[in-house]
Amino acid sequence: MSKTSNINRVDGFAKVTGTATYSAEYKTPGVVYACLVGSTIAKGKIKAIDTKKAEWAPGVLAVITHLNVDKPVGYQKAKDKHNFGQPLQIFKDDSILYYDQPIALVIADTFERMQYAKSLIKAEYIKEEHSTELKKAADKEKKVETDKGNDYHRGEHDGYKNAEVVFEAEYTIPTEVHNPMELANIIAKWEGNKPILYTKSQGVEGTRRSVGEVFGIPPADVEVTSEYLGGAFGMGLHTWPYEIAALIGAKKLNRPVKLVLHREQMFTNVGFRPYTIQKMGLGATKAGKLTGLTHEAVAMTSSYEDFMEGTVNMSRFIYDCSNVSTRYRIVPLDTCTPIWMRGPGEATGSFALESAMDEMAYKLNLDPIEFRKINYAEKDLEQNKPWSSKYLLECYEGGMERIGWKNRKNEPGSVKEGNWLVGYGMGTGTFGCYRSATAVKAKFLPDGNLVLQCSVNDMGPGTATMMTAIGAEITGLPAENVIIEMGKSGLPKGPTQGGSATTSSVGSAVHDSCNLLVSKVIGLAAENPVFKGIPITDLTFGNGVISSTKDSSKTVSLATLMSANKPENFEVENQSKANDEAKKYSIYSFSVHFVKVLVNPNLGKIRLAHVVSCADIGTVINQKTSAGQMYGGAVGGIGMGLMEALEIDHRFGRPINNNFADYHVPVNADIEKQEVFFVNKKDPVSNPMGTKGLGETALVGMAPAIANAVFNATGKRVRDLPITLDKIIETVKV
Amino acid sequence: MKNFQIIRALSSASAVTSISKESSAKFIAGGTNLVDLMKKNVVAPDKLVDITALDLKKIEFLNGKVSIGALAKNSQVAEDTSIKEKHPLLALALAAGASQQIRHMATVGGNMLQKTRCSYFYNTDMPCNKRAPKSGCGAIGGSNRMHAIFGASESCIAVHPSDMCVALAALDATVLVEGPKGKRQIKFSDFHRLPGNTPEKDNTLLDKELITSVEIPDNNFTKNVHYLKVRDRSSYAFALVSVAAALDIQNNTIVNARLAMGGVAHKPWRLTESEDFLKGKTISETTFKEAANLAMKGAKSYGDNDFKLTLAPNAIVEALTIASSK
Repeated sequence: MSKTSNINRVDGFAKVTGTATYSAEYKTPGVVYACLVGSTIAKGKIKAIDTKKAEWAPGVLAVITHLNVDKPVGYQKAKDKHNFGQPLQIFKDDSILYYDQPIALVIADTFERMQYAKSLIKAEYIKEEHSTELKKAADKEKKVETDKGNDYHRGEHDGYKNAEVVFEAEYTIPTEVHNPMELANIIAKWEGNKPILYTKSQGVEGTRRSVGEVFGIPPADVEVTSEYLGGAFGMGLHTWPYEIAALIGAKKLNRPVKLVLHREQMFTNVGFRPYTIQKMGLGATKAGKLTGLTHEAVAMTSSYEDFMEGTVNMSRFIYDCSNVSTRYRIVPLDTCTPIWMRGPGEATGSFALESAMDEMAYKLNLDPIEFRKINYAEKDLEQNKPWSSKYLLECYEGGMERIGWKNRKNEPGSVKEGNWLVGYGMGTGTFGCYRSATAVKAKFLPDGNLVLQCSVNDMGPGTATMMTAIGAEITGLPAENVIIEMGKSGLPKGPTQGGSATTSSVGSAVHDSCNLLVSKVIGLAAENPVFKGIPITDLTFGNGVISSTKDSSKTVSLATLMSANKPENFEVENQSKANDEAKKYSIYSFSVHFVKVLVNPNLGKIRLAHVVSCADIGTVINQKTSAGQMYGGAVGGIGMGLMEALEIDHRFGRPINNNFADYHVPVNADIEKQEVFFVNKKDPVSNPMGTKGLGETALVGMAPAIANAVFNATGKRVRDLPITLDKIIETVKV
Repeated sequence: MKNFQIIRALSSASAVTSISKESSAKFIAGGTNLVDLMKKNVVAPDKLVDITALDLKKIEFLNGKVSIGALAKNSQVAEDTSIKEKHPLLALALAAGASQQIRHMATVGGNMLQKTRCSYFYNTDMPCNKRAPKSGCGAIGGSNRMHAIFGASESCIAVHPSDMCVALAALDATVLVEGPKGKRQIKFSDFHRLPGNTPEKDNTLLDKELITSVEIPDNNFTKNVHYLKVRDRSSYAFALVSVAAALDIQNNTIVNARLAMGGVAHKPWRLTESEDFLKGKTISETTFKEAANLAMKGAKSYGDNDFKLTLAPNAIVEALTIASSK
């Protein structure tokens, strides 16, 4: 992957010049504007809703509530269709299940009139006692009734308790919201009984299935476009009630309806990383060998849907330990359902595990890296399989060198720069490498350009750029001659974008289809008189020309070939999927984040003086987009570590900081120096390119790295995120 | 947002006349706060009087003072060479506020009139005596990490969010206003008010009065000054606690001192007792700590903001230390 490993982001120009079209921007003649009115209570029933004033307001075309909605036929079906979108059925009845739950859809001819009409809707409620605080609802704790919800044990149950050295602690992460820059948005319209959607989705095919399910129509009849996304971080993995509402509105009016959520609604209606309380128990010999590890998580979900994520999973395999127990419990609360947020459960779990590992290292008086090396897992003990590849040690070494780990002292608070206390910390991340069946069509156009088609979308990591690089590499064409068509239904079926699986799935499909296309072209060329007597194995294709490897004077151009053959001879549609060989191995990406902090203990100020993120992600397809993804993931982890928390006033069950002024994410000035590096060694079995996945592991392990560095600087152990300054300064109540 | 009328005033007098005709009319300049409030239905004026065409944008150095027009942009003042030279504390405070984009829009007068950032004030589903008198204070017993430790009442514990005003309070500025009854001057320290039983009133402006300029008397605080802003992220975040410190130091002795805090009260919180204590003292950590302790008299916290009782004196010491070592 040499020539193409550093190409520019292919859609970069379109994005920065504003020509990239996001869902709500599609020019749709006759489009009208809709918004959702939210409930002002967290639990209860709608007693009355006055929509008259809004209906009479100028320009208003419809106000839809549970009282007048034409319920989609899918509302009658069985409830437990967790694979099919969000089970909250909008406007189904009068029940209120969370604060800001949509109770009305207002549609008007202009945006301004719609906004004004919204302010005229008044509802009365029958309030019921709500429960939004995880810590106060622990008695409602329950198991998730699926295989994944089962407890895990290896060796002795809670074996850590019998160790020479025992460490136990509890860690908390608050609710975090995805809140990508681009708001959740949709333009919905109908042609007869067929819905057409321009919507913010991470999976075109998933949206087709969900919408088909709700409206009782075959997924094939649902047309979805989601070409560009201004970030999603997981919130686009569900089909949400607002999308169904827009479709209901469009059907009623028989006009295209545009609905863009308000920024505040992004905090309440499209999922979040769930508030989670974790208990860690670690047991080790005095020499530092882990003998037991127990990881328990209790996380919130909604009252109407069970949600779980892989919070405790990493603890089962990342270290060599013979006695491991994990448990995962959920507590239903009166909120919207959580949804996977970048680095999903692993990011939550690694905060507890990697903080506890650091605490245990101090207890054993070991360097945290040394402690991890003592417990380095030579194989995956959970699956009892060899690793496909594992360059975690290279990540440790590279990070230690770049951050200046040798300057770290194990004694907290013992290193100073001026008046600043200096601390070093690290945290390990990992994420599974997944690959799903993916179809890609590759075809040559008469002008020599290569077209690659797949319904997968690109929420920002650079999927189109990756596809371009692989296609260009195999066909020998310059990247400028590769045309990507993606993010639309009707194209060959691609996967949902998530779980760091896109390059493995789609890249492999591009790889396979392009190779098949090249073979097909060579096969056609072999019949050309120029190559008479030359075996097909001696023919090669590159940059639009078929030539003999033995006699370079013998060539046939693709153009010549195309003029003599039908266009369909120059296209291949092929589905690729993982081979059985891969199933023999445990395939994971690994990352390590290193942090150097400077702390002013009087002000509680934490400066990130230097951040280094290292990853073993197999082959790096594109240095630029991969580095960009790693920087972004690391910054997401910094937000998790230092700032992000959705604050709820539990008296009302309402969020307090539902805006970007009060819900903080890092700014440039927060990170003084940041670097990333990749081991960049091919995985021998993962897929034809040898990639392993990056997007998720880029975030996993950063939050504990910061917590560990803060402890090293100050001797203060913060076990509840985020590490805000009030947790650092000594608080004295007068 | 409801429909509203907008008219453009061409003189201060006509602006005041136009606004006097409608009870819910408001002046609008940069709009960086008012437009947000209108979008959230916190305020719903029927009419806006656009004052951006008025000739109130100049920064003029007069005999013994500088006059800053109410429509001077925050960035314009922060980057003015003479302001940086003669009133560096003001330039520092302005640069610490908001973001560059907002500073380019926001005016000096608007900065003074910006509303608290208390979440209960902004969410119309919540109780708030400042927005809806007699509805209760959501922040007391609720989320109050950002809230006041000085001068609060049972009605309201909100804080004034401005950085600029903290510096202006320290620099003994004067506010010039024009209203239906003519022109008058208000001492800066009397401009913002404490909440008491009427937290809906942020300041002592009379109905329909327009701020025309702010004047700062000349001083010797050109070197040993610092604006320390402690916040949850390095940019675009409101102060948890901020300190404006200005010292006139001669031969290691403090001849004159000015201290004010932000993020701790319903108004910029001037620390006159600490200032008096500092006068005549030699520079030392002990002196600064004593000054800080004096400043904390009467402080009261409300739960989430307990940490401010420690942070505030620490921040005073830090600001004085930095200012004195410049």
